[in-house]
Amino acid sequence: MEEIFISVAQRTLVAGTPLLLGTIGEVICERAGILNLGVEGVMAVGAVTAFIVTFTTGNPWLGLAAALIAGILISMTHAFSAITLQANQVVSGLALTMLGLGISGLMGKPYVGKPLAIKLDDLSIPLLADIPYVGPIFFQQSPYFYLAVILALLAWFVLQYTRVGIMIRSTGENPRATETQGINVTRIRYFCVLVGGAFSAMAGAHLSTSYSKSWIEGMTAGRGWIVIALTIFALWNPVRAMLGAFLFGGIFVLQYLLQPLGIPPNFLAMMPYIATLLVLLLGGLRDARKLNAPAMLGEPYRRGER
Amino acid sequence: MVQIKVTDRSQVSPWHTVATLVLSLVAGLAAISVIFLFFGVNPLFALKKIFVGSFGSAYGFKETVTKAIPLMLVGSGLALAFRAKFWNIGAESQLLMGAIFATWVGLNWCPQLPAPVAVPLIFLAGFVGGALWGVIPALLRIRFAINEVISTLMLNYICAEFLTLLIVGPWKGKTKFGFPYTDDLPASAILGVLPGSRIHYVTLFVALAVAVVLAMVVYWTRFGYEVRVIGENPEAGKYAGINFFRTTLIIMAISGGVAGLAGVGEVAGIHHYLSYPDSISSGYGYTGIIVAWLAKLNPLFVILSGLFFAGILVGGDAIQISLGLPAATVQVFNGTLLIFLIMGDYFLKNKVSFHFTTRLQAGAN
Repeated sequence: MEEIFISVAQRTLVAGTPLLLGTIGEVICERAGILNLGVEGVMAVGAVTAFIVTFTTGNPWLGLAAALIAGILISMTHAFSAITLQANQVVSGLALTMLGLGISGLMGKPYVGKPLAIKLDDLSIPLLADIPYVGPIFFQQSPYFYLAVILALLAWFVLQYTRVGIMIRSTGENPRATETQGINVTRIRYFCVLVGGAFSAMAGAHLSTSYSKSWIEGMTAGRGWIVIALTIFALWNPVRAMLGAFLFGGIFVLQYLLQPLGIPPNFLAMMPYIATLLVLLLGGLRDARKLNAPAMLGEPYRRGER
Repeated sequence: MVQIKVTDRSQVSPWHTVATLVLSLVAGLAAISVIFLFFGVNPLFALKKIFVGSFGSAYGFKETVTKAIPLMLVGSGLALAFRAKFWNIGAESQLLMGAIFATWVGLNWCPQLPAPVAVPLIFLAGFVGGALWGVIPALLRIRFAINEVISTLMLNYICAEFLTLLIVGPWKGKTKFGFPYTDDLPASAILGVLPGSRIHYVTLFVALAVAVVLAMVVYWTRFGYEVRVIGENPEAGKYAGINFFRTTLIIMAISGGVAGLAGVGEVAGIHHYLSYPDSISSGYGYTGIIVAWLAKLNPLFVILSGLFFAGILVGGDAIQISLGLPAATVQVFNGTLLIFLIMGDYFLKNKVSFHFTTRLQAGAN
C-alpha cells in the first residue's frame, strides 16, 4: 500500500512536470499581453528535436539545448505576426500549432519507434532523499522536475519583484503607458514570446527524453492545450501553476490506476479534458473581473496610435 | 537609405484583396518549398505531384471535389462564428457528433423508411447533433466566461474518445467480424454517388446551398448585421440592443449544425458505417479554419477556398504515398499557408511604402 502511494505520488509529479513547464512559459507570455496558442506545436517540435539530438549524440542535455533553440526559432513566427504585424493572435497561434505538429512529424519520421538507449537518470538529493515518504516522492525525481519547480519559483519572483517583471506586467496591462516610460514594448513582447517558446520546447524535451524515452507523432496529446487552460486556472501566477500542473499530473496517472477496474480506457482517456472544463467552470463561477487577466491580453499594440 | 512608411489603408479594392491573397499563397508555397528542400525533397517535384494528384487528373479532381464537400460545410459555418469573433476550433467534433447522431437515426429508424424520408431525416439528425455540441461552448463562454478556444478543443478530444467508446462497445456491429465499426446503414439512408467517383452529390448540393444561404444571411439580414457588430464592436452592440446570449447561441447552433451535416455526408456518403474518428474526418474541422480564413470569412468564397484546400489534402495524400512522407505533411502546408495569409492581412490593413532617399535627405528629415 505504502509503495503504491509513493509510486503514484511520484508519477503524478513526473506527469505534471511538462504541464508546469509549459504553463510557466504561457504565463510569462500572457503577462506581456500576448496570447500564444502555439504551445502544442512548439512542444512537439521541442520533443522531436530533443529526441533526435539525444539519440544521435547520446547526451540528453544537448538534446534539451537543441530543443530550446528550436522552440525559440519556431516561436519567431508567432512573435513576428502577433507583435510586428499586429495580426490576430488566436489565428496566428493556431497556425503555429499546425506548423509545429507538421514539422515535428516530418523531422521525426525516421525515428518513430526507436527507443532511446540513453536514459536521463533520476537525481537523488543527498540526505533529503532519505526522509521517509517525502524523500522518495520529492527528492528522487527526474532532473526536469527540479528544473520545473525552480523555474516556477524563479519566474514568480522575477515577475513579482524585479524591474524586468514589472516591465513585463505593465506591458500586458497598459502598453501605452509603459512606452511613455521609455520602455520598448515590442522588445519586451518579443522576449516574452520567445521565452514562452523555450519553456514549451523544454516541456516537449521532457516528454520525449525523460517521460517516455521515445518519439511518436502526436505524443503531446493535447498537453499544450491543457497548458493554456492551466494558465487561466493559475491566475497568471507561476506558483499557482504548480498546483494546477500537479493536479492534472494526478489525473493522467489516475487513468492508469483505474484501468484494471474494468472502466473502458476511452472513458478514462477523456478525464484530463473533462477535468480541464471542470476546472475552468469553477474559475468561471467567480467574478470574471477578479480573474485578474492581463488587461491587454490578445490586443495588438501599435506605436503612436491613440 | 530606405525608409519604410506604414499608413492606414482606408479603402481596399476587391482587386487588391485578391492580389494580396494570391501573393500570400505564392509566398506560402515558396516557404513550403524551402521546408521540403530542407528535408531532402525536391520541391518542384512535390508541388507538381500535388497539383497532378489534386486538380491535374480526372481521378484526382473527383477526389478533390469529394473532400471539398465537408470543407465547404465546415468552412462556411466557421466563417459565421469567426465573424462574431467566436473562435470555434471544435468543428472537428461537431462533425463527429453529426456523424454519431446520423448513424443512430440511420440504424434505428431508417430501415423501415423510404429514401426520400430517410435521407432528410439523417441530415436533420446530423445538424441537431452538431448544433447541440456547438451550443455547449457558447453557453460556457457566455454564462461562465470560459474561453471558447479551450472548451471547443477539449470537446474535440472528449468526442473522439466518446465515438471510439461507442464503436468498440455498445455500437459494435454484429456483421463486422469483431472490427470496431457499426453495422452498415440501411440502403435507404445511404447517399448516392456520381458514377465513377465518391462524390455524394446530395451533400455537395447541401454544401453549396449552405454557403449561398449563409452568405445571404451574413450580408442581408438583421441577424447577419448582429453577428458582424458582435465581432467588430461589441460595445456598440450593447447600445444597439443586441441580445448577445441569444445571438451567440444561434451562431454556434448554425456553425456546429453545418459541421454536423458534413459528418452525415462522411458517414452516409463515404463510409456507410461509423468507424474511428480519424477515418470519419481527416482533420476537416481544423483545415476548415484556414478555409474560412482564406475566404475572408465570406461563406460564398468558402466554396473556392474549400476546393483549394481539398486539393491540398488530396495532393498531400498523393505525395505521402509517392515520396514516403508522414501524414503530418499536410499540417505543414496548412500551418505555413495560414501564417502567410495572416501576414498578407497586414498589407490589406496597412499601406506600406518604401522611400528611397539619399543620406543627405534622410539627415535633413
